[in-house]
Amino acid sequence: MSGIPHDHYDPKSGAEKWLHRRLPIVGLMYDTLMIPTPKNLNWMWIWGVVLTFTLVMQIVTGVVLVMHYTPHVDMAFASVEHIMRNVNGGHMIRYIHQNGASLFFVAVYAHIFRALYYGSYKSPREVTWIIGILMFVVMMGTAFMGYVLPWGQMSFHGTAVITGLFGTIPFIGEAIQTWLLGASAVGQPALNRFFSLHYLLPFLLLGLTIVHIWAFHTTGNNNPTGVEVRRGSKEEAEKDTLPFWPYFVIKDLFALAVIMTVFFAVVGFMPNYLGHPDNYIEANPLATPTHIVPEWYFLPFYAILRAFDQDVWLVIAVNWVTFGIVDAAFFGVIAMFGAIVVMALAPWLDTSSVRSGRYRPMFKWWFALLVITFFVLMWAGAMPAEGIYPYIALIGSTYWFAYFLIILPLLGVIEKPLPAPATIEDDFNAHYAPKSGGAAPALEPAE
Amino acid sequence: MSHADDHDSSRRDFLFYATGGAGAVATGAAVWPLVNQMNPSADVLALASIRVDVSLVDPGTQITVLFQGQPVFIRQRTEDEIALAREQDADIDSFPDPLARNANLPDDTPALDENRVLQPPEGSAAPVGAWLIQSGVCTHLGCVPVGEGAGDFSGWFCPCHGSHYDASGRIRRGPAPENLPIPAARFIDETTIELG
Repeated sequence: MSGIPHDHYDPKSGAEKWLHRRLPIVGLMYDTLMIPTPKNLNWMWIWGVVLTFTLVMQIVTGVVLVMHYTPHVDMAFASVEHIMRNVNGGHMIRYIHQNGASLFFVAVYAHIFRALYYGSYKSPREVTWIIGILMFVVMMGTAFMGYVLPWGQMSFHGTAVITGLFGTIPFIGEAIQTWLLGASAVGQPALNRFFSLHYLLPFLLLGLTIVHIWAFHTTGNNNPTGVEVRRGSKEEAEKDTLPFWPYFVIKDLFALAVIMTVFFAVVGFMPNYLGHPDNYIEANPLATPTHIVPEWYFLPFYAILRAFDQDVWLVIAVNWVTFGIVDAAFFGVIAMFGAIVVMALAPWLDTSSVRSGRYRPMFKWWFALLVITFFVLMWAGAMPAEGIYPYIALIGSTYWFAYFLIILPLLGVIEKPLPAPATIEDDFNAHYAPKSGGAAPALEPAE
Repeated sequence: MSHADDHDSSRRDFLFYATGGAGAVATGAAVWPLVNQMNPSADVLALASIRVDVSLVDPGTQITVLFQGQPVFIRQRTEDEIALAREQDADIDSFPDPLARNANLPDDTPALDENRVLQPPEGSAAPVGAWLIQSGVCTHLGCVPVGEGAGDFSGWFCPCHGSHYDASGRIRRGPAPENLPIPAARFIDETTIELG
C-alpha cells in the first residue's frame, strides 16, 4: 500500500494462508499498522490519533444518548434534562459528548496548524489535505446540528442565524433557507432533520477518515524536516523510519492518556465552562438572547462573518460592481466560507518548494502571526459587535486572507531558505546521538 | 462486413445513449422526491393568516405575536415617536435601503415613515402613523431585535451582529441589508388586526 519499501504480511500457518487467499484482511491490517513512519516525528504528530479516538468516542456516547433523547420541540429540552437527572450516569455521558466536541476542535485546529507549519499540505499530499479540509467542514456541520438538539435559547437562535447565512444568497437564498428549515422559520421540521443528519454525518466522517489515512499511507507521512523518506531500498528506508506499531502507537497512546487526563478534569470539574448558560433556557422564538455567541470553536470564522459590514470600502465596491446583488450580508457569508476555501487552496498558493517552516526564516514569523490572528479573531468573535471589536475583526480577517493569497505566493519567491538535513536519519541523529561514532550530519541547502 | 459492423456500432451507440438518458431521468425522478420532502409540508403552509386583538396595546407599548413561526412586532407609537420617525425621514438619501418594504404597497414605494405605518381604523383615537406593524426578524441573519427605543436611532437594535433600526424600523447602520419588512395587515374592526 505504501510507496516506502517495507516487509509485507507473510501468512505462516495453514489457516492464515487459507484466509489470505480468500480475503487478505489480515494483510491489510498488518500493512496499515506496520507502515514505515519517519522516526523524527515530534509531539505535533499525535493529533491524528487523538482525532480518530475522539470520533469513536463521540459516536459511542452519541448512540447511547439517542436511546434517551426525543427530537420534538416540546420534549427535546425536557428529554435532555431527563438524561441529566434520571438516566443512570446520563449526566456523565452527556458531558463527555458535549465537551467531546470541544476536544475534537482543539485537536483539529492543532492538526491543521501543524500541517500549515510543516508544509504537510504540499505535493504530493494535496489530496490528503483536501480530504482533511472536507472533514473539517463536515465536522463543523455536525457540531452545529448537534448544538441545536438540546433546543435551548442558543440552539434555537443560533439555528436562525446559521440558516440565515444561506438566506443571504441572491435570488435563490430564501428558497434554500426554507428548504433547509422545512418552514419559514426554525421549528419542528428543522429539529427533526438536524437530528437525522447529526446521526448520519459522523459515519460519513468515519468513511472520510479511512480515505484520509489511505491517502497519506500512499504518500508516506510528512515529518518535521519536510525531507522525504529515502526509498531506494528497504535498508535505506529503514534508516529513516520505524514501523507504526509498536513505536508510534505507544507514543500516541501516551499523549492520548495525558490529553484524556485534562479532558476528564474538564468534564468532571467544569463541564459547562465552555458552554453558554443561555442554552439551559428552553427555546423561545419571541426573545433572542441579548448576546448570541456561537461555541468557541466557531468564533474565528464568526468574527470573519461579522467583520464585513456595509461601511467597509471593499464591501461597498463589490456591492457597486455587482449592481447591489452582493450586499454586506452575502459578502460576510462569502468571506466566512472563503476563509476555509483559501486554506484548502494552500498547496497551490504556496510557491515555496521547502516544506518545513523550520527552514524558512521569513515564513516562520508570518505563520506565527497567523496563529496569533486566529486567537485574536476567536476573541473578537466573542465580543459584542460594537465599538472597536468590528475593526479588530476586520484587521484579523484581512490578515487571514493576506496570508494565503499574498504572503504564501510571495514568500516562495523572495525567501532564502536555510539548509535542511539531507536525510531524516541525519535529523534524528542530530537530536539523539548514534551509539557508535556516527558521521556528523551533512547539511545542504534545501533548494 | 464493414457495412454490417457500422450498422452494428451505430445501433450500439443508440442503445448506449438511450440507456444512459433513461438512467439519468430515472435517477432524477428518484432523487427529486428525496429533495422535495424537505420543503414545507402542507400543515406548515396552512397557517397563512391570523387575527390579533390589539385592544390592550396602549400608546408607547408593543406586543410580539408569532406569525408563521416568526415574531411580528405590533407597536402603537406615541406622538413623540411619530415625530421622531418623521424627522428621520429627512435622511432618506443616506438610508442603506431606500424602499418601504411594505407588503401592502407597491414594491418601489420609498421608505418614508408614512409608507410603513398602518392607518388606524375609522373612529380610532390613535393619531395617523401610530400603528407600526413589522416583522420581528432582523434582515441580516434572522435574530429578534430588541425594541423600546434601542440602538443609536431610537428604534430597534439587533444584539447578534449590531444592526441599528430607527423609529420606523428602517435599517440605518450595521450589517442588515433591508428595512424590517411590513407584513400584509389590515384592521378588520376597531381592535382586531388580521395578518397575512
